[in-house]
Amino acid sequence: MSDTLVPFDEVVQRYDPALGLEVHVELNTNTKMFCGCPTTFGAEPNTQVCPTCLGLPGAMPVVNRKAVESAIRIGLALNCSIAEWCRFARKNYFYPDMPKNFQTSQYDEPIAFDGWLDVEVDGETFRVEIERAHMEEDTGKSTHVGGATGRIHGADYSLVDYNRAGIPLIEIVTRPILVPAAKAPAVARAYVAQLRDLIVALGVSDARMDQGSIRADVNLSLAPKGAGVLGTRSETKNVNSLRSVERAVRFEMSRHAGILDAGGAVLQETRHFHEDTGTTSSGREKSDAEDYRYFPEPDLVPVAPSREWVEELRATLPENPTQKRARLQQEWGFSDLEMRDTVGAGALDLVEQTVAAGAAPQAARKWWLTELARRANDAGVELAELGVTPAQVAEVQGLVDAKTINDKLARQVFDGLLAGEGTPEEIIAARGLAVVSDDGALSAAVDKAIADNPDVADKIRDGKVAAAGALIGAVMKEMRGQADAGRVRELILEKLG
Amino acid sequence: MSARTDGSAELIRKTAVELADLLATGETTSVEITQAHLDRIAAVDGSADAGVHAFLHVDAEGALAQAAESDARRAAGEARHLLDGVPIAVKDVLTTQGLPTTCGSRILQGWVPPYDATVVRKIKDAGLPILGKTNMDEFAMGSSTEHSAYGPTRNPWDQTRIPGGSGGGSAAAVAAFEAPLALGTDTGGSIRQPGAVTGTVGVKPTYGGVSRYGLVALANSLDQVGPVTRTVLDAALLHELIGGHDPLDSTSVDEPVGAYVTAAREGVRGDLSGLKVGVIKELAGADGSGWQPGVMERFADTVDLLKEMGAEVSEVSCPTFVHAMATYYLILPAECSSNLAKFDAMRYGLRVVPEGDPSAEAVMRATRDAGFGDEVKRRIIIGTYALSSGYYDAYYGQAQKVRTLIARDFAAAFENVDVLVSPTAPTTAFPLGEKLDDPLAMYLQDLATIPANLAGVPGISVPAGLAAEDGLPVGFQVLAPALADERLYRVGAAVEAALTARWGGPILDKAPVLEGVR
Repeated sequence: MSDTLVPFDEVVQRYDPALGLEVHVELNTNTKMFCGCPTTFGAEPNTQVCPTCLGLPGAMPVVNRKAVESAIRIGLALNCSIAEWCRFARKNYFYPDMPKNFQTSQYDEPIAFDGWLDVEVDGETFRVEIERAHMEEDTGKSTHVGGATGRIHGADYSLVDYNRAGIPLIEIVTRPILVPAAKAPAVARAYVAQLRDLIVALGVSDARMDQGSIRADVNLSLAPKGAGVLGTRSETKNVNSLRSVERAVRFEMSRHAGILDAGGAVLQETRHFHEDTGTTSSGREKSDAEDYRYFPEPDLVPVAPSREWVEELRATLPENPTQKRARLQQEWGFSDLEMRDTVGAGALDLVEQTVAAGAAPQAARKWWLTELARRANDAGVELAELGVTPAQVAEVQGLVDAKTINDKLARQVFDGLLAGEGTPEEIIAARGLAVVSDDGALSAAVDKAIADNPDVADKIRDGKVAAAGALIGAVMKEMRGQADAGRVRELILEKLG
Repeated sequence: MSARTDGSAELIRKTAVELADLLATGETTSVEITQAHLDRIAAVDGSADAGVHAFLHVDAEGALAQAAESDARRAAGEARHLLDGVPIAVKDVLTTQGLPTTCGSRILQGWVPPYDATVVRKIKDAGLPILGKTNMDEFAMGSSTEHSAYGPTRNPWDQTRIPGGSGGGSAAAVAAFEAPLALGTDTGGSIRQPGAVTGTVGVKPTYGGVSRYGLVALANSLDQVGPVTRTVLDAALLHELIGGHDPLDSTSVDEPVGAYVTAAREGVRGDLSGLKVGVIKELAGADGSGWQPGVMERFADTVDLLKEMGAEVSEVSCPTFVHAMATYYLILPAECSSNLAKFDAMRYGLRVVPEGDPSAEAVMRATRDAGFGDEVKRRIIIGTYALSSGYYDAYYGQAQKVRTLIARDFAAAFENVDVLVSPTAPTTAFPLGEKLDDPLAMYLQDLATIPANLAGVPGISVPAGLAAEDGLPVGFQVLAPALADERLYRVGAAVEAALTARWGGPILDKAPVLEGVR
């Protein structure tokens, strides 16, 4: 069965979308939500388990105070009200990776509610209203072995790792986001990106989408343009990169439009997103038939954070990322485009730290967004994980400023840094990269270049200074790059002036 | 036939406190005491087909090893507790590391927990050898122990009759002198009603007074672990041992354990002057229906006895108690429908694999179908319905409101009286099979015990004598405000002392001598 897709540009003309985002944030507490098991990522399967997180008969949960603290801080950062009294609830459904066949979550009494987050797309601000942020436990992780799809249907057998069962999660749910259709994919992406920045700034999660520590479910519905109603929604699960969030929204808009154009009805269902094709496919049907039979968890007492505690936590909040961005843009004198690119590349903190280490903002931006971004891209890692530190970048730039090396040589210094050859100074010494500042050698090279290119020299003598570039290139080649281009230019103009 | 020496026959009839004294003075050893009880179990417990059948699992080897360790400690002057070396039986709903725990259900057949319930750890730490695990209605659902998947327990007073439930195994073990002490659990009367119909003492502590960690939950908001003994003093001693805050149970109260032994010793003096006692009108058989006359006679006698000891007795009305049964049978199934979802064959216990190439879902379904008994299925269905979308407010939500009203009735009553009293159960032990096909009649056994669970208040059942018409034991229930468990021991011990004097000895002396079984 293949979907009839309507080109995005057409969808935009005929439909209004309603977006909804449910983002799960895995907290970085040392222990699980309801027991003392460690939460280290990547341990041998089923080694970080106990009677409680395995759901053994008789075991009981105890709430992790640190997780409540993180939940409250996230709530406050999202401008939410914090409940004076709230309870956990059981969400009942059967699944092999659910140890108790109910998930201990929160239902009608979330820890945080009624907040908002402003997100910026193309210089325009959209306010995303937050309905709630609640605490819950993660499930175990199923691996379906055999079969073509890697999903449970058709698998030969399935393995379950309960190390993940009971890891604390905060689920952040938006109210329906009503934005111009053309902006919907970008707003969805910007919301998740900004939420991630906020989580990073709070320090409450590893915030690694690739490791699943932030997972987004994308709800989308379409209604005829101007109708002012909400259509039937689909829920695309576990979209695990910013790019995928954007693509999932785009794809679902095209798919819904195809169904609606044909006079069909969108099925309320869960869908899976496929990274490779950028498409979604039907998952288990959800519909209204699924009844989780929520009721208050009788093994836990209510969570009643004192107002003093909430205020203490409010005082620990970091600077709001939006405000911080505006402040930095002004301090650094970046254009809107430069700032957007910096944020988009995930380089904001890196640039900030590089500037703090002494580099000029534009120089810091240039290195991170060009040379280093390219290398990170080639290596398939995040910029922050490339292995070059902001302090090193500042040091390299310092050497450029001192004319010890030039930009071209600096690239080789970065090669050395990535190869683990030591400090920038050591690399320059070992590789013999220092710029030749001996005017005698330079002067000879310039004379040679003039002699080799008499017609170019004539143009410069006639006042076409721009032609000097060709001679500078020849000199740099002769000097194998180890010359200060500025000084070469000066010498050429002196000799031909 | 039992071929015991007079010495061991004497040992099994001792109370736990008497045994503790004998151990302290070196007149006997824990190994002797433990062996005497193991011999008694071998003689009278039998099997599903005959005998008392109080035990689902007997751990002779483990108990004797623990007893030997206890004796070594005593010899070295390092006894850990007054009860160090006094053996105990444990209801099979409490997890015991290395010992099977089935909850009386087929679905947990063969499961050996990797951890101890907090109360089990406490009795092990204190040095009490564990004789074995006692029979019960499946997942504690029932009032007769007939719903055990492993066959019923029989009442030592009359083996054609039920021993009460769900904790019929613990009560019968104590009544049949197979154990001096036992642990039970009480969700709607599962300690107190078996106590009543077997002539033993059963206490349901204040909710939160004893840790529930390792108690396989029936209904989490109602369950409580408590002592099952032959005397009030023994119950007080065991309660002090198992009580107290547990960081692993969020619902356990962070209060010091009460002075229950002191209260029981004070009660024995028989002076209740100044004590205000309320007879619960709604639970005093006023309407006559379902209340056995012999039960009401023994109850009236016991109330008179309280007056003789100086108590001021008045009638108290708790009008919402008539709704307690309906409330209970919504809240309990709702919680248990969710609790029992974990039994899905994925990680432990029974696994039934249907023919062909079944999905995980099909394995779950087949296992649950084969592993759960009818009463369990009935309650899962009722609970699932009560929690379902569109019915929650009408059933579960409404039941929680009524529960609050019941708690308010208790609070109002306790403004005027110190304790409330009623018969523990409306009848004496009924014949096996009589109510098995009539769930509502079975549920009515817990009419008088359920309100305490709904409100979280503590209760005790002490023997009140034998009913005239059938010569079977009747229980007298005393209820106190939350965290005032001492009052149960004071009043219970006073009643026990006065009645024992009147009878010329413990009520169990009137029970028939048990024939040994093969």
